[in-house]
Amino acid sequence: MVHLTIDHKPVEVPEGTTILAAAKSIGIDIPTLCFLKDINEAGDCRMCLVEVKGQRGFATSCIQKVEEGMDVLTNSIDVIEARRTILDLILSNHHRDCLTCVRNGHCELSDLARKFNVQHIEYEGEMTTHTVDDHSPSLIRDFNKCILCRRCVSTCNRIQGIGAIDCINRGFHSTISTTYDLSLNDVNCTFCGQCITACPTGALREKESIKDVWAALNDPDTICIAQTAPAVRVALGELFGQKIGTNVTGQMVSAIKHLGFDYVFDTNTGADMTIMEEAHEFIERLNNHGVLPMMTSCSPAWIRYAEKNYPELLDHLSSCKSPQMMFGAMIKSYFAQTKGIDPEKIKVVSIMPCVAKKAEILRPEMEVNGLRDVDFVLTTRELGRMIDYANIDFNELPDADFDDPLPLASGAGAIFGTSGGVMEAALRTAADWISGETLQKLDYSAVRGMEKIKEASVTINGQTIKVAVASSLKSAATIMDSIKNGACEYHFVEIMSCPGGCIMGGGQPIKNSKTQSSIDIAKRRSAALYDIDQASTIRKSHENPVVKAMYENFFGQPGSEVAHHYLHTHYHMHPKYNIPEDTQ
Amino acid sequence: MPNNLRSKLADIRAKMAPVINLRNKGGTGNEIHILVCHGTGCTSSKSPALITKFRELVEEYHLENVRVIQTGCFGLCSKGPVVIIRPDDTFYSHVSVDDCREIIENHIIGKQPVSRLLVKDVTGLMVRRLNDLSFYKKQLRIALKNCGVIDPENIDEYIGADGYKALEKCLFELTPTQIIDQIRASGLRGRGGAGFPTGRKWAFTAAAKGDIKYVVCNADEGDPGAFMDRSILEGDPHCVLEAMTIAGYAIGATKGFIYIRAEYPIAVARLKVALKQAREYGLLGEAIFGTDFSFDIEIRLGAGAFVCGEETALLESIEGKRGQPRVKPPFPAQSGLFGKPTLINNVETYANITKIILYGYDWFNAIGTATSKGTKVFALGGNVNNIGLVEVPMGTTLREIVYDIGGGIPGGHQFKAAQTGGPSGGCIPAEHIDTPIDYESLMAIGSMMGSGGLIVMDDTKCMVDIARFYLEFTVAESCGKCTPCRIGTKRMLEILERICAGKANGDDIYKLEKLANVVKHASICGLGQSAPNPVLSTLKYFRDEYNEHVYHHHCATGTCKALTTIQIDPLLCKGCGLCKRNCPVNAIRGETRQAHHIDTSICIQCGACMAACPFHAISR
Repeated sequence: MVHLTIDHKPVEVPEGTTILAAAKSIGIDIPTLCFLKDINEAGDCRMCLVEVKGQRGFATSCIQKVEEGMDVLTNSIDVIEARRTILDLILSNHHRDCLTCVRNGHCELSDLARKFNVQHIEYEGEMTTHTVDDHSPSLIRDFNKCILCRRCVSTCNRIQGIGAIDCINRGFHSTISTTYDLSLNDVNCTFCGQCITACPTGALREKESIKDVWAALNDPDTICIAQTAPAVRVALGELFGQKIGTNVTGQMVSAIKHLGFDYVFDTNTGADMTIMEEAHEFIERLNNHGVLPMMTSCSPAWIRYAEKNYPELLDHLSSCKSPQMMFGAMIKSYFAQTKGIDPEKIKVVSIMPCVAKKAEILRPEMEVNGLRDVDFVLTTRELGRMIDYANIDFNELPDADFDDPLPLASGAGAIFGTSGGVMEAALRTAADWISGETLQKLDYSAVRGMEKIKEASVTINGQTIKVAVASSLKSAATIMDSIKNGACEYHFVEIMSCPGGCIMGGGQPIKNSKTQSSIDIAKRRSAALYDIDQASTIRKSHENPVVKAMYENFFGQPGSEVAHHYLHTHYHMHPKYNIPEDTQ
Repeated sequence: MPNNLRSKLADIRAKMAPVINLRNKGGTGNEIHILVCHGTGCTSSKSPALITKFRELVEEYHLENVRVIQTGCFGLCSKGPVVIIRPDDTFYSHVSVDDCREIIENHIIGKQPVSRLLVKDVTGLMVRRLNDLSFYKKQLRIALKNCGVIDPENIDEYIGADGYKALEKCLFELTPTQIIDQIRASGLRGRGGAGFPTGRKWAFTAAAKGDIKYVVCNADEGDPGAFMDRSILEGDPHCVLEAMTIAGYAIGATKGFIYIRAEYPIAVARLKVALKQAREYGLLGEAIFGTDFSFDIEIRLGAGAFVCGEETALLESIEGKRGQPRVKPPFPAQSGLFGKPTLINNVETYANITKIILYGYDWFNAIGTATSKGTKVFALGGNVNNIGLVEVPMGTTLREIVYDIGGGIPGGHQFKAAQTGGPSGGCIPAEHIDTPIDYESLMAIGSMMGSGGLIVMDDTKCMVDIARFYLEFTVAESCGKCTPCRIGTKRMLEILERICAGKANGDDIYKLEKLANVVKHASICGLGQSAPNPVLSTLKYFRDEYNEHVYHHHCATGTCKALTTIQIDPLLCKGCGLCKRNCPVNAIRGETRQAHHIDTSICIQCGACMAACPFHAISR
């Protein structure tokens, strides 16, 4: 243990603790901006400076480790004035159109400006200007609002292992950019959107589809159908002040209906469909010496990553479309047929925790019989904005149920939203199918939890099946590399692009650095999904009567020709970069 | 062969003794050496052509006792290309190819010096011998000992000049701890700028836990106008390689890196030659001198970013990353290159090591002041007669450097200030010209030793403009990592630009000062922490000039064009019209033999009229 004093108070912390963490342990708050625990600990912004007696200059509290006998002052007038001046400098080169900014009200920079009582900018001067990159279907980069904290860079490089963005140019003209300063659309970006949830300001955001959705809702000839991903219901409440990890399914459905949607369905049902197809495909591969390990294909950023980085391994990917795409295809076929609706009149709007889903629906393959599977994707945040815009008092809404004729989803579908959930759901069904029995075993706890790579062995009918669950693209790369060099022994692998799975997707509510470092957000949202599963009467996808009916009346058997026509897709190599000739 | 290396070196030393003796003290035989400077300065004024020409002539006249040698820098760069004849020690300046025949015929053959090529000293007298030049009299060459004496591309000459003797001594007579103790006892401090005690740094790195350690040489000399390290590497590359090898032995490293800017092509080429020779001789590589100590060195080229001279940014750059500093602590001695304990010293620091080992720490410790031992090399430039490279004992005053060595201020102007430490240093005003130069005294007057740039400024210089100039450099060279340096220096520059343009108000000076202090204390690395020094020091010593700019809209030196007007004194003007004819913008009005006047709304302050007026009637 190390003993020191902070603001004259004695404190004892383990060796290796930062000054920031030591201060926090005795309730002393030090402002930060570029700091993002375990992700970006570089000390660049200089907001967290403190005085350490005997040390020249100020100390960087977010990374400097405590030492025995250290005497730290976090609130001397020199420190506070230096921080105020630094904040002034950051603001002086920030396009301060705060009232019209997507982050209005929950921006870490504006929080600091309020805290420091900034009423005018002392050091006004030249501002750097950048062209806004809105070419990608998923993300918008507005670097006029970038404060060069580099949280996005660290997330992209260190967490996801992509390295699509880094700093270019020097000094005042430094900026975060891509290879050859190309649009994110044309580089190795996967559209996972983790940079958005890392950004403290409005420099990174999703490409909104709100206007299009309002237009569809206001068109009397259009039948608007919403589907909501499992992870949305355990995060949406946060936008309205509810606790992290609150399940707001009923209020969410209610709110969407208030917005004017004709039907509100559950993507969890689509997840059940995915399990029907994926479990079937896995057993087929297992029994017929197919390509193994089979890898899940629910996460579109992962698909884009694989297509760009491992084109030679694409036959490992399950041919199943993701739940939202399967569900969309089903709505415009089976559902339309059942209801006698002209599918041309249907607009499917997916509400997703994800920005890569916005790109997924644009893939040319995602179309059946000339109809696009899904028409628009809204993120959890966009749904929140629409609810606000419609002046709906979310917290006062009564609960509502998903609509007939698709009111039901299994608990297996619910846990799709967390890392390990797809695997667990698949194992529940596959185990029953392989053994030919209805097994009592439901919980596969070895694949639960927030570790980046989880492994498990399951024995069914004397056959041992080795599975792995990876979340984050960096972990995905570890598995892909092991396949490449022949060291991979898994039969089945679940991959989620975002660390922790969809609950931590790039379209989810953004939590500030302080919350991210003090609360295990993933754990709380995940726990809410497992609670839903636990409370479900149906916990296996293949036991969902709604899904059973679909197959009986429309798709036939899992893996049938009809099922393939509507519910499966294929992959192809994507160039990592699209570099224009004149740049090369 | 390495086992025989000691005897081989002894043989080379015996063989080279007369040569080195002739170069240093004047030989007794009939051999004559024509030394031609092949440093960057003289090379750019075509000294390589002189070498070729001299060699042709030597052949033509069958002068078998005459050798033409390329050397490193002699120091008096403003007189280049420089040629020195040994043993009679004649110093020729501004030598051109056309002069070579005359030197051979008159001097070498006829024994009569070519007096028109001799240097006119500050005394006004023509001086023949190098050692009689006042430029050299107060100098003490330790780091530059071999520069201008030996052929840097000939390892035997280096060995002859006691080269690799220190390494031999370390490997066979001293333990690593003893070496570190000697360096510590010598009082040597880092010559890169901050002046951290070198022995302590070595001890820290030696004590750091880790099986792999590195030795790094910082040769990324980036201060505008500084060329100390370049000259050492060009003139005596082996002394750095030898010292790095000693350091490797002392701290327990087997690998070294020299990080040098690609803009130093001659130094890089010499280093490559030296590395090849040292490896061939077994002085680098496996089992040096047959001991169980192995060490090798790699060169890494920098792309010229000033910030890469900062040690942690340099390490990042060697690792192949963007050159950005790391937050310290941890220091490189704990976690440096590739996360391993790393010893990093600059070129000049290493250049002192071999001498301390050979001549004793007590000899070194006796030179200098109480806190700063040994000598310091300065690149002397600006408004001074003798521009060049000088090495003086610590404690020498600025006055001695400027007047005795530098030969004073040209053009009858007055000394106004000197800038040490380049853009990281401060301006020292005339009132402190008698300050003995060492780390502490420079710090006390708001400047810093820096790596050794020393720019002299005369009374025609506007100090606000000087601050603006230096800040413009740091703004351009900031890496952009931390807020105070990235935006703070830019905002400081904007204020200075406003002041120079006459658009500032009184508040701006206070804002400038406040911001300068924040940038100084809050920046991550030395670049940002020292960037405000030119501003703070000029604010301290020349605040009147700032006030004059801001409150009176006047720049007394006329440097800030927006703040000066050129006027014709009607009492002195004879109406000759010369000014009118020389004005490029037709701003001058007046009838012949009548007093003229300048239309300030048109005048562009070029000063052509002032130069043209035969009656000194026009002034700013």
